Amino acid sequence: MQNFLPDIIQLVYLVATGVFIVGIKRLGSPATARSGNQLAALGMLIGVIVTLFDQQVVSFNFIIAGVVIGSLIGAVAAKKVEMTAMPEMVAIFNGFGGGASALVAWGELSRTLDPTMLEVQDLVTVGLSILIGSITFTGSFVAFGKLKGFISGRPLTFPGQNIFNLLLTAGLFGLVGWFAVDPEYQLVFWLLFGLSLLLGILTVLPIGGADMPVVISLLNSYSGIAASMAGFVINNNLLIISGALVGAAGLILTNIMCKAMNRTLGNVLFGAFGGGDGGSGSGPAA
Amino acid sequence: MSGLIFNLFIFVLASFIGFELISKVPPTLHTPLMSGANAISGITIIGALVVAGHSGGEWAQWIGLAAIIFATINVVGGFMVTDRMLEMFKKKKTKEDK
Repeated sequence: MQNFLPDIIQLVYLVATGVFIVGIKRLGSPATARSGNQLAALGMLIGVIVTLFDQQVVSFNFIIAGVVIGSLIGAVAAKKVEMTAMPEMVAIFNGFGGGASALVAWGELSRTLDPTMLEVQDLVTVGLSILIGSITFTGSFVAFGKLKGFISGRPLTFPGQNIFNLLLTAGLFGLVGWFAVDPEYQLVFWLLFGLSLLLGILTVLPIGGADMPVVISLLNSYSGIAASMAGFVINNNLLIISGALVGAAGLILTNIMCKAMNRTLGNVLFGAFGGGDGGSGSGPAA
Repeated sequence: MSGLIFNLFIFVLASFIGFELISKVPPTLHTPLMSGANAISGITIIGALVVAGHSGGEWAQWIGLAAIIFATINVVGGFMVTDRMLEMFKKKKTKEDK
């Protein structure tokens, strides 16, 4: 019995994985898109329910409270949003997803009483979850702000911004390594967390409002990778696979969207000098 | 170490499937597909459930609670909003057909 339940859970996860793959496939074609989305939602429901039978899950107060609060906020937001405001709504949902992945890694770290007990590779995945999840979180909120007009839709730049962002990115990977070697050094952990959040802001600020749908698609890919990394942290196949699926599919979709605009991804991300083609317009492609 | 290698195999193979799943998507489906994929990335809710439901440290449970709220917003909002988009898509199409 000790091993029986986890095996059943793993098998159900396998079913959920298959459902996600078919769901994404169907989302790519107009005739089947709606059923694909419903199928994917079903897969998610299956995954969530079976996880509740996990032996690790013993207290349900926080789970019930969290699911109720989150469902209410998500459902109300999804019902109320104007059709024209869809891209920014997706951005904000995506931001929450990325943030959740960072929090999962942080929570997993802090429930391990002695971080030095964790192996280096586990700490690397914790660091990467926090890095990618945090970038997705703040980046998505800046994208939301730009589309809503809270932040100017024009590219906001300062001299040497691209180089600064590249150095910051490299530095953050260095911090992930440092954190993995020396997880007890609190300063490194908080620097990693804080600077990742900052990088998300700095990456999206220089991009024009008209390019936001492409950026949101890219951030969506990031949040998939973040979920996958969180899967590495808690050793969960369903997270690793679904996250990788979204990460890869999101990247392809981003590329398709760039091509539709006759741009390259590099041009969208780093081409702020050329100015957003659509100027300061906050009107994304419908 | 073998656990990590095993997970890496899964990650890489799943990525290849993801790359192959999407091809030639009509522009009208770009936003719904993005939105649907985004909802699936809320799968991290399962990680949040494990962290929040675990019996270790209260601090971790509070972080888990925040993670569940975030992930649930992503999942519930994401799937609902995608459904609304696709519903509209269908209606618009039938109107045009008439």
